[in-house]
Amino acid sequence: MERRVVITGMGIYSCLGKTLDEVRESLYTGKSGIVFDPVRKEMGFRSALTAKLDEPNLKGVLSRNQRVYMAEECKYAYVATKEALDNAGLDQDYLEKNAVGLLYGNDSSADAVVKSVDTMREKKDTTLVGSGAIFQSMNSTVTMNLGCLFKLRGINMTVSAACASGSHAIGLGSLLIKWGLQDMIVCGGAQEVNPFSIGSFDGISAFSSRENDPTKASRPFDRDRDGLVPGGGAATVIIEEYEHAVKRGAPILGEIMGYGFSSNGDHISSPNVAGPTRSLQMCLEQAKMGIKDIGYINAHATSTHVGDTNEAKAIYNVFGDHKVPVTSTKGQTGHEMWMAGASEVIYSMLMMKNDFIGASLNFENPDEDSAKLYIPGERIQAHFDTFLSNSFGFGGTNSTLIVKNM
Amino acid sequence: MEKQELIDQVNEVLAEEFEVEVSEITPDANIKETLQLDSLSLVDMVALIESTFSVKIQNSELSSIQTFANLYDFIAARMSK
Repeated sequence: MERRVVITGMGIYSCLGKTLDEVRESLYTGKSGIVFDPVRKEMGFRSALTAKLDEPNLKGVLSRNQRVYMAEECKYAYVATKEALDNAGLDQDYLEKNAVGLLYGNDSSADAVVKSVDTMREKKDTTLVGSGAIFQSMNSTVTMNLGCLFKLRGINMTVSAACASGSHAIGLGSLLIKWGLQDMIVCGGAQEVNPFSIGSFDGISAFSSRENDPTKASRPFDRDRDGLVPGGGAATVIIEEYEHAVKRGAPILGEIMGYGFSSNGDHISSPNVAGPTRSLQMCLEQAKMGIKDIGYINAHATSTHVGDTNEAKAIYNVFGDHKVPVTSTKGQTGHEMWMAGASEVIYSMLMMKNDFIGASLNFENPDEDSAKLYIPGERIQAHFDTFLSNSFGFGGTNSTLIVKNM
Repeated sequence: MEKQELIDQVNEVLAEEFEVEVSEITPDANIKETLQLDSLSLVDMVALIESTFSVKIQNSELSSIQTFANLYDFIAARMSK
């Protein structure tokens, strides 16, 4: 019998809130997490827009010798993971006695790299960089820290796939469980929010320059969009084999029905239509579902011209004139990049569990392609039992997940 | 710098960095045990002393610095040079 994969815990730390309850409320009210950051302007940024969130203060929660290895994104991931584990009914004793895995999306740790290089250049003495720098600087900083902090004993690996990292982490985790290699995996995505991490991204004019109106800047699918707004934080889902979850009396929130993926084999930054289309189709095939089974699509749409257009075309290629509500939560959060694939599963889960679809914020006027989709610019009350979530990244990496309510 | 002033300053920076009470730091106490240093955080102690007092402790010299008194003496000797 095929092993089924379910979600038994969720945790999040984002610009929409520091707990699931806060985030659900923000999704419902359509709150924007975007602000203008004067520090970025002083640093020479073309666009000083960013999601705003405070770094968690873990002093008193973790010891100095635990915190010193944690880069900014690790702190977000720790808080999100603690919430997810608690919600899944997992305590430290369980984690130490069972082979729980860890697959987390992350694709940079720039702040730690920049600070250690600055020290090396100024002091010309590597000792002064300190013991934390190496562990904070590596892409796998989140998984190396979480693995040690929670004493996890299963697979331990970071998935780096640009803005699809978090989604691939969940998808790959679901396969490991399906294939019987793991019974439970902590999956997620983390994204640093400091200026150093995205200065080079700003440099290629990818960001919205609507600085005079920050909350209107991220406008996925809207005719007048002019670029994305960077965001971040961390999101964690606990995924588990169904029978295993039943046996331990875990809260079963949803089932991961399918994971689709593809690579565009094309341009490094410009997405195409064929790649995402194949990812969507593969996901539906893997889920053994048709388009009429999908009640909501959480689009990748980041508010860039080409990206949103090509995703709208890909969705239309697959769904045709069958109108499924499509929104991009990035209108509220900005682009949470390495975290987005995981956070957007949680945003979609929160909406599914609470019978609403939040407004695709700032979607005011469609363009030629988004006009072919059903994109609610206002919140709608809607009961749906299955959603599809897209995540696409630089280099043409695509990931699609389908999750069913339970 | 007077020796007591040096001792107070060493104690203060170590207590703050390694999150212990200054009162826990006594001359005869073992540094690693008191500050809960492992091989990695020991590096941070060396870096802290270097950045605060401009005194570099070589790896080969670490074995002779076991107690806080050893550390005060080491720093004082180097600073007087």
